[in-house]
Amino acid sequence: MSVGKNEPRRDGPAKLTGRALYLDDINIPGCWHGVTVRSTVPHGKIKSIAYDPSFPWDECVVVTAKDIPGKNLVTLIEADQPLLADGIVRHREEAIVLIAHPDRATAYEAAKRVKIEYEALPPVFDMEKSDKVFKSYLIERGDLDAGFAAADVVVEGEYRTPSQEQAYIENNAIAAYEEDGVLIVTGSLQCPYYVLKAMKAIFNRGEDKIRVIQTVTGGGFGGKEEYPSMLAGHAALLALKAGRPVKIAYDRHEDMAATTKRHPALVRHRTGLAKDGRLLAQDIEVVMDGGAYATLSGVVLSRGTLHAAGAYECPNVRVRSKVVMTHTPPNGAFRGFGAPQTLFAVELHWERIADALKIDSLTLRQRNIFKLGSTTATGQILVESVGAEECLQKTVKHSKYVSKRKEYDRWNKNKRNKTWKGIGLAVCHHGAGFTGSGEVYLASRAGVALTKDGELIVLAASTEIGQGTNTMFAQVAADALGVPASWFTVETPDTHKVPDSGPTVASRTCMVVGGLVSRATHDLRRAFEAEFGRVPKTAADLKKAAAALCKGAPARRFEVQYEKPPEVTWDDATYRGDAYGVYSYAAIAVDLEIDKLTCEVRLVKVTTAQDIGKAINPLLAEGQIIGGSTQGLGWALLEEPLFKDGVMINNQLTNYVIPTSLDTPSFQVLLVEKPYTRGPFGAKGVGELPMDIPGPAVAAAVKHATGRMIPTLPQTPERISQALK
Amino acid sequence: MIKLTVNGKKISFKGAPFKRLIDALREDLALTGTKEGCGEGECGACTVLLDGEPVNSCLIPVCQADGRKIETVESLGVPEKLSKLQAGFLACGGAQCGICTPGMLMTAHAHVRSKGKCDDKSIRTALSGNLCRCTGYQDIVKSVLKAAKGGKK
Ligand code: FES
Ligand code: FES
Repeated sequence: MSVGKNEPRRDGPAKLTGRALYLDDINIPGCWHGVTVRSTVPHGKIKSIAYDPSFPWDECVVVTAKDIPGKNLVTLIEADQPLLADGIVRHREEAIVLIAHPDRATAYEAAKRVKIEYEALPPVFDMEKSDKVFKSYLIERGDLDAGFAAADVVVEGEYRTPSQEQAYIENNAIAAYEEDGVLIVTGSLQCPYYVLKAMKAIFNRGEDKIRVIQTVTGGGFGGKEEYPSMLAGHAALLALKAGRPVKIAYDRHEDMAATTKRHPALVRHRTGLAKDGRLLAQDIEVVMDGGAYATLSGVVLSRGTLHAAGAYECPNVRVRSKVVMTHTPPNGAFRGFGAPQTLFAVELHWERIADALKIDSLTLRQRNIFKLGSTTATGQILVESVGAEECLQKTVKHSKYVSKRKEYDRWNKNKRNKTWKGIGLAVCHHGAGFTGSGEVYLASRAGVALTKDGELIVLAASTEIGQGTNTMFAQVAADALGVPASWFTVETPDTHKVPDSGPTVASRTCMVVGGLVSRATHDLRRAFEAEFGRVPKTAADLKKAAAALCKGAPARRFEVQYEKPPEVTWDDATYRGDAYGVYSYAAIAVDLEIDKLTCEVRLVKVTTAQDIGKAINPLLAEGQIIGGSTQGLGWALLEEPLFKDGVMINNQLTNYVIPTSLDTPSFQVLLVEKPYTRGPFGAKGVGELPMDIPGPAVAAAVKHATGRMIPTLPQTPERISQALK
Repeated sequence: MIKLTVNGKKISFKGAPFKRLIDALREDLALTGTKEGCGEGECGACTVLLDGEPVNSCLIPVCQADGRKIETVESLGVPEKLSKLQAGFLACGGAQCGICTPGMLMTAHAHVRSKGKCDDKSIRTALSGNLCRCTGYQDIVKSVLKAAKGGKK
């Protein structure tokens, strides 16, 4: 058995020796450098575009919207985002003109020689003042009025969360070129088939004439989910016009200013409870800032909405949510995908409720937390794999939460101490896979191939972006077949080689696509048994079996498609039913200390228990948990994109600060494995869950330490000292 | 002409003296193991060793390395035979997306080689100029500790 073992990561040796080739490492002969001329106003009409006559333009290739052969559109969900602004710009840094030149520095110089004049139009930056709603949702359960009427107390609170930059260390980078009539697009990306779909509309080409290939990718975290479709379009327009390869590799400033970020959010809670702490009514309102185009905002909001009531059973619930347009660069996918925003509110709200009821927030959580058989706000009954209570209990025990609360209360009373200490808690659920009927629409495919020489290859479009996809797939396939994991390789995501497994997002790679790989491998296993008598046991055996199965063909493919589990029902119109096939669960305790003079926060320890069904590779799963939690801690304490006139002004790693090795505490990770019958070997999602709740746990710990609730992030020394005034 | 010793090999560099060291390594010497994450001295992805000391190669003009020794990630092991440090990273989960890894390895290599104190705190201090967005650092620290301990035997 390989599943459950810490197989070393497949891509490790190449990455550790500098041999892994990221896009900018690849020597593409004759490749020119592409650069982008972007809007300098947040909203306006383009009056004129002028090219400085003293510059040698004949050395360059220049592209504007007029050069687009098909639709001027980045196809995603709504048809609203142009590939290049034409006539009107709706946010700062919107792409207008593209230039390619053999020399990178000259290309940048050329970009400076383009003068664009605008007629300014009024921008909207405040999401509460926007009247353009991209998408709204309503979830209702029970009778809200009756719930509030029966309540002994009603507690209200308002919570805000800022944007966040993914800050993958490899910036966005894509190259394009044409080879034998096929347009090849290659680079740093999460979702090859999203790029393919966008390219089809831009270039009026069929799938056979476009090929998207992922290169080794230096981090994504959602930031390379939709943006690469735009970048690919830009590189390909330049390449086709230049008749040669063109590469666009953003520098850090451009990447931070122009590409997608987490949606800022405002969440209001009104909660009715019985005196003993039982939830009776939750009325929740969510507003998110989508930026200038809809892009993924509707789905981000959907996930945020479906997680807004938290991992608790409440008989009467209403969640109203909307995502609106502002004149800022579009916000997009970022690990957690709307859930961290709403979970911040519902989790921190427990601290307010605790004050109102004089019952501590741990007891309140225990009283209401999801159990087997609980019903969610959408009416979903949780029939299996519910590890919420166990996560909470393990986290409390291993963090010594209860005794530390008391110990720190005593410490904080002593005026002579130079610090305050606090420990805070949070719990959450996270739906694995696409929301509602999303997986049905995706209809993903994946498979395995057996070549006549006995190579076993996993075929999936899911990308390795550091999470360990390739290693995990090989382990799943190996155990499904009953052979060593080393027998399997994993094909590079290349749209001419692998089927459309859907995007690498939504914590779906292991549970959904891994499940498909496992099913396809079972088909292969049956073929071995039927045509060879058994599954081969040795390498020589495998060669013989391969010859028998391939019957002279170069290879045999076994592909399967997603099938909706019959027990899952969902209604998109009413937002009722099984929002997700299953949920993962997590609890976290953050232990910290605050300097009374400087208000600086030092993280002492983080303890977290996470129910992911089954850890296919515990080392990789823990890597996801520690890494994801660290991004959550960054959001909680350090990270805040600052906007002025609709553009990020701290678009550098110098002033957009992410955690370093010294900012990061020691982690204790406890895996909880409540298997899900439909996940491969019981596995559920792990990718996003860890990002969800470090924020509220930090805020709760700061409140414990200082006595002040700061209902927003990040909890910087400035904010803490302000709150203490 | 600028004379460099790169990974033990003597090299005459004929390009522009103020070309960034990272570009000279990547473009002229085809040593693409060294990565660029920010180009302004913040992320450490471009870390190489200059006379044994970690430096950000995006901030240094190649002329500043004249007559000096440069070590890049390519000087450690090869995939078939990883160095002790690289093997530590593989065993402990020290690399995920891998883009920070070459720089991280070079800083860690200098730290382990310095024969100073090598514990959680000293490793974290040594690595504080190398950003990693994937791992949360704990497994990197473990990787270095494992390699350092193995080295003493
Ligand atoms: S690229 Fe040199 S420090 Fe970031
Ligand atoms: S492994 Fe991805 S940035 Fe460090």
